[in-house]
Amino acid sequence: MAKKIDYTNIPKEKFQFCQQDASIHDKKFDTKPVGYFKDAMIRFCRNKSSVAAACIIAFLLLFAFLVPVFCSNSYSEALTDTTYLQYGKLLPKCEAFAWAGWDGGKDETLTKDRYDYYRAIGVETGMNPIMEVYRENYEDPSSTTKSTYYDVRTDSYTKNGMVYLTLTPSEYEAIQKWQLETGVQVIYPAVNTSSIKIASVKSDANIWYQCTNKGMPKLNKNGEYVPMYKTTGNDGDYNSLRIEGDDGSYRYAVVTGSSTAKSYKVRVFLYNYFQFRYGFEPQFLFGTNNYGQDIITRLASGARFSFLLAISVSAINLFIGAIYGAIEGYYGGIIDLTMERISDILSGIPFIVVTSLFQLHLSRKVGVVPALLFAFVLTGWIGMASRVRMQFYRFKNQEYILAARTLGASDFRLMFKHIFPNAIGTIITGSILVIPSVVYSESNLTYLGIVNLDSSTMTSVGSMLSAGQPLLTTYPHVILFPALFISLMMISFNLFGNGLRDAFNPSLRGTED
Amino acid sequence: MNKSMAKYVVKRIALMIFVFFSILTICFVLVKLLPDTPPAQFGKDMNLILQRRELLGYNKPLIEQYFIFLKRSVLGFDWGISEALYRGQDVWTVFVDKLPNTIMVNVYSMIFSVPLGMALGIYAALKKNRWQDYVISTSVMIFISVPSYVYALLVQYFLCFKLNLFPLQMEPGYDYFSWAMIKSLIPAVLSLGFGSIAAYARYVRAELSEVLTSDFMLLARTKGLTRAQATLRHAMRNSMVPIFPMILGEFVAILSGSLIIEKIFGIPGVGQLYVNSITALDYNFFMLLSAFYTLLGLCSGIVVDISYGFIDPRIRMGER
Repeated sequence: MAKKIDYTNIPKEKFQFCQQDASIHDKKFDTKPVGYFKDAMIRFCRNKSSVAAACIIAFLLLFAFLVPVFCSNSYSEALTDTTYLQYGKLLPKCEAFAWAGWDGGKDETLTKDRYDYYRAIGVETGMNPIMEVYRENYEDPSSTTKSTYYDVRTDSYTKNGMVYLTLTPSEYEAIQKWQLETGVQVIYPAVNTSSIKIASVKSDANIWYQCTNKGMPKLNKNGEYVPMYKTTGNDGDYNSLRIEGDDGSYRYAVVTGSSTAKSYKVRVFLYNYFQFRYGFEPQFLFGTNNYGQDIITRLASGARFSFLLAISVSAINLFIGAIYGAIEGYYGGIIDLTMERISDILSGIPFIVVTSLFQLHLSRKVGVVPALLFAFVLTGWIGMASRVRMQFYRFKNQEYILAARTLGASDFRLMFKHIFPNAIGTIITGSILVIPSVVYSESNLTYLGIVNLDSSTMTSVGSMLSAGQPLLTTYPHVILFPALFISLMMISFNLFGNGLRDAFNPSLRGTED
Repeated sequence: MNKSMAKYVVKRIALMIFVFFSILTICFVLVKLLPDTPPAQFGKDMNLILQRRELLGYNKPLIEQYFIFLKRSVLGFDWGISEALYRGQDVWTVFVDKLPNTIMVNVYSMIFSVPLGMALGIYAALKKNRWQDYVISTSVMIFISVPSYVYALLVQYFLCFKLNLFPLQMEPGYDYFSWAMIKSLIPAVLSLGFGSIAAYARYVRAELSEVLTSDFMLLARTKGLTRAQATLRHAMRNSMVPIFPMILGEFVAILSGSLIIEKIFGIPGVGQLYVNSITALDYNFFMLLSAFYTLLGLCSGIVVDISYGFIDPRIRMGER
């Protein structure tokens, strides 16, 4: 029988170092060690299309987060008053690229009446809505009515011309003061409309010349418009800029109301009124929508919302999915079976049914956005869980796990310290690829109107698209930019995700899905 | 079909039915928790709606209502009458009436996209790592990413409006095989098709290029087959194993795929009905269509899984 040795209490003196004075012959590495992430990074950078996609994503993220910060001015915040409604459907304009057709203009074919109508705005204000005439005064043989046509390019910023506004005395004073300071004419003389019989012509602020009952101008011998400005009546002591050719007799406002509550009905030139109101000349990079809201700031805020939603969905999915998958994969057996059935049932529910039920039930209690978030999370984590579960099945029976277990590591430590890091590559790829799919589903739902996020301060890409759809044939720019944004984003995210997957799992390179 | 496979199929179907009824129950309870529209609003339809509600057990306890629902609706196809969208009409009849439109659009888009997608995929796989492959793979990447409604808007703007080739909206009526109807469906079919062509092409390319590099292809060449023969007889057959179930599954799932396209092109299909029923709070439609979509999703999953076993006898069912 072997001698029984007490291994637990060996005295210190009995230990001694081996090879205390022998030198170590291993060579020191000259190169730096390459870790897991660095290795992935090197492989990722080799994939040019993914790097390009990453740059585009960075650009889109910057666009979404910076534009609402820098572009929020008095105009985009001015949605409390209704003035902005006057500036609906303006076309994209960018002075630097005006030569490329990005000038807020539109090619149109006008009848003679309309052509003269626009030209009159130009004659009065000096800003001609007709930017270019391609072909003038021709007859269309295919047309049944005999009239002449003009092919022109019109400026959407000036062609709305004048409107009648009713101002309070203080507003009237303020505009007068501003005119004197800047030298920009906002208020134009009032018109003597007593000779016009048709109401729609009478109320049209752009008619300042003598015209027929239908609004067609009566030109003088030289082919010039004959003004019919008001020269009598009270205009509340107008004391500011006067238009050219005014000898001081023109009246600039019609005063109504009692002496205590006066109001002034004036003709204002919309383009210049915008400058008075918001402090800069109207120029919208992406144009404005039906309601005069600036498309670039709305698109950016919609994109920002989409990104934030997608990132939070991705994070929550990661959290739930990782824990759920880890428990499933680690314990296996009956626990795995039951948990799998639960996720089976959940994954059988069509997403659209979940969302609509959540919208019907929750949106009134917790709001539309949290309800949407819950809907995404309810079934979203299943993919992540199954990915983590698969990794756990692969690694949990390996020797190093057995070794760690023998050393007394707890289940929790084994799961998250020893097995989980092996799954990190697939998890990162999975979480990144969740982002475009969430943005896509969100735009789908808002497009269909199942989820309604649209308000004056908030919007989403989907609602912008669906709002622009009726204008598709007349004002395609309303729909162009949101569509462009979402396409670009989907393409670059998919490329980026594929690059990441190849970088983290080189063995999967080339296989799709 | 051997015994283990039969067992597997039965097990899968039993599980599917279980899942279906669980989801149906959840939906039922959640919808019943929502307040009903007060019948006084219905005016002259009030009596009819009240009678139908009575028949479906609206005034009984929830459990009893649930069993009435199972018996009458799920088994008897009586899903009640519409209370908002098509007031007074039978929900099931309206649904059956609209189903052909949806099926039509999706079947056409499938006929158009499956051969094209497969041809592109095969070509890309045969020309792997040459410029043809790069061109196809890049455009597939782009086409697969861009959402289908963007295609729809592009098609509507350029083909329908600028070039005036097709009508902007679908032709009304029930004459599904007339030229006018087919022509008016082409824009919708095109916009649905682009994405799926890309998906098929990508999948076929991946599968086929994997098979083409395997050892048995080398063997086939060594025993004297030409490249075309080897590809056609050995590679194609093997690569079709995973592709065919995918197409089959898609065939079932397509019915649910065109909500937005139906809205854009004004196709009076099931998808539009569903969206409208949510916004108009027409619960009977909502229940029926939720059940429909759930069943479709489950069926497409099961069809894919089971058809693997039928197509390739090497795959043993029920084993992991």
